[in-house]
Amino acid sequence: MRPIITIENLSKKYQLGQTHTDMLSEKIGNSLRSIIRGIRGNNLLHNNQKFPLKNEIWALKDVSLDIHEGEVIGIIGRNGAGKSTLLKILSRITEPTTGRVTFEGRVSSLLEVGTGFHQELTGRENIFLNGAILGMTRAEINRKFDEIVAFSEIEKFLDTPVKRYSSGMYVRLAFAVAAHLEPEILILDEVLAVGDAAFQKKCLGKMQAVSASGRTVLFVSHNMTAIRELCKRTIWLDGGCLINSGDTDEIVTQYLHENTRSVNEQIWPDLDTAPGNDKVRLRRACLSPGEGSAYLSVHTPLKVEFEYWNAIPGAELNISLYLNNLEGTCVFNSDSSPRVYPVGIIREACNIPGDLLNDGTYRIAIMIVKDRFHGIYKLDDVLVFDVQDAERECDYYGKWEGMVRPKLDWTSEYIRHSEIC
Amino acid sequence: MVITPSTGWISLNIREVWAYRELLGLLAWRDVSVRYKQSIVGIGWAIIQPVMTMIIFTIIFGKFAKLPSDGIPYPVFTYCALLPWNYFARSLGDSSDSLVGSSHLITKVYFPRLILPISKVFAGLIDLSIAFIILIGLMVWYRIVPTAGILLLPVFIFVAMLAALGVGFWFTALNVLYRDVKFVVPFLIQFWMYASPVAYSTSIIPDKWKWIYGLNPMVGVVEGFRWALFGKTAPNVSMFLISISIIFVMLITGLYYFKRMEKTFADII
Repeated sequence: MRPIITIENLSKKYQLGQTHTDMLSEKIGNSLRSIIRGIRGNNLLHNNQKFPLKNEIWALKDVSLDIHEGEVIGIIGRNGAGKSTLLKILSRITEPTTGRVTFEGRVSSLLEVGTGFHQELTGRENIFLNGAILGMTRAEINRKFDEIVAFSEIEKFLDTPVKRYSSGMYVRLAFAVAAHLEPEILILDEVLAVGDAAFQKKCLGKMQAVSASGRTVLFVSHNMTAIRELCKRTIWLDGGCLINSGDTDEIVTQYLHENTRSVNEQIWPDLDTAPGNDKVRLRRACLSPGEGSAYLSVHTPLKVEFEYWNAIPGAELNISLYLNNLEGTCVFNSDSSPRVYPVGIIREACNIPGDLLNDGTYRIAIMIVKDRFHGIYKLDDVLVFDVQDAERECDYYGKWEGMVRPKLDWTSEYIRHSEIC
Repeated sequence: MVITPSTGWISLNIREVWAYRELLGLLAWRDVSVRYKQSIVGIGWAIIQPVMTMIIFTIIFGKFAKLPSDGIPYPVFTYCALLPWNYFARSLGDSSDSLVGSSHLITKVYFPRLILPISKVFAGLIDLSIAFIILIGLMVWYRIVPTAGILLLPVFIFVAMLAALGVGFWFTALNVLYRDVKFVVPFLIQFWMYASPVAYSTSIIPDKWKWIYGLNPMVGVVEGFRWALFGKTAPNVSMFLISISIIFVMLITGLYYFKRMEKTFADII
């Protein structure tokens, strides 16, 4: 069978550090400065500044891939792995640096829900505008208009400007338009992560219907549950390269496993270069999942260990651990019990129970405290790790709300029969 | 369909713009319908602005400075020039901002980027038509009978569109790279108006300098408007032709510059 999309040696290079949106004056200023430097004759001293190393990054590197008609393909990988770049090239938003893509049929891409919605326009007007932006013709929108409205469940507010909508209504309308696209190839980026549970179920159903009708879908997500549910084949990208592709279950398991192993240990064997000061220096930091876990999921208990050198005889020390989320908000702060130590190496460990953290990226910062209140050394991002979502027993595929996701004891009971009304 | 890196001079691919005409129309319609939302005077602003300018110009340049107006009552003389001028100024301003102002679209969905600046010059036509009603009123009031040249008016409106587009293509593409453009444009428009025969007649320009004056593309447009409506003074032919040629030079170079930069828009906007 001939593939519907052929990707050959696709690469994309970005220039870093130099945003072209600089003001002209900066460019002029820089060239003036280099001229002055040249006149002064000290350009040798500033050689590095004058010819900075080109800061290039290959967001995508030599990716080749065949996709067949009717396939639903999942694309997974960490942030910055090149997933979005691949989708952007396939949707013709940006050009590849080298390589080529050949495809047949109409492509619709949905990198965001509600692209081009205008706050001042009504729901009705936005259906037409958004539909046209996504590539539908006016006749097509007219034909599907009633279906779109019914799907969005906002009939009553059709002639209200969308700026008066609640965020839920906004998302429902936006998704409804997108769900009625009928391209041969559909490209989706994390769009399931919106709306409430009931609406998500509806969207998932719609997506399954799309793939059942023989259309080709490319689907990027961080949500392994949704990927497992929807995609037969999965592509794993990392650092712009295609790491592996194949059966979804296999690839997802590999990916989760790999991601846990790589991150979580730092060792500073040399006392002179270890982070710290003349009082204490870090020697090792390590995070390991509890027994029997292949990867870090929301259910996995974690053990965090620190080793450090103490140079103060008879110091009363303890560690204060800060668990921050990706945005830098502190999820919790926990202290070890202070003890008096002689000079030497100290090891302290802390157990974080399973079923406590929500899925997401976490960053651990530590502070070594002397005499119970005097912080003598603090280091951010000692350990950085991802907690993966685990398979759920319900139909909700969106981001689980909350900073933490503890498993709590619930009691539920039926009290007695009672007439209602 | 094949996606490859583009190299060298790319074809302009105007046919693709035509294929996306529905979206172009919708974007223009969006700008028109959003422009006066939640405003009391609403579309009335399209009339108030040129009328107020006309009154001020009539007092300062017509009454105090006593600038000649080719035998036409000064208010009509200047208002007739303000129409294409205001249209040009607004279209130029809007189209210069069209890419940066739609960065959320450019980074999320594909369509020929050319339709963004083009939709802006179409949206401006609505204000122009509304302001035109006042001109008809003024001509009736001053009992000015238009000549047959009025049939050429749509041609001059089209030329004004091309003038705004030519400069707009340059500015909007440059604006993606250098945000300095947004500071340059308002200043340039202000300066440009005084370099165009809006408040005065070209008859005050010495003949030997007229060809230099014609390098301003708006000279051809404004002169063309006046001639089409009043037919009093035929425009200086060489000045007029120079002006029109400049418009086409700007348009073609602007188009090529825009297309050459187009592939980088999504990456650097």
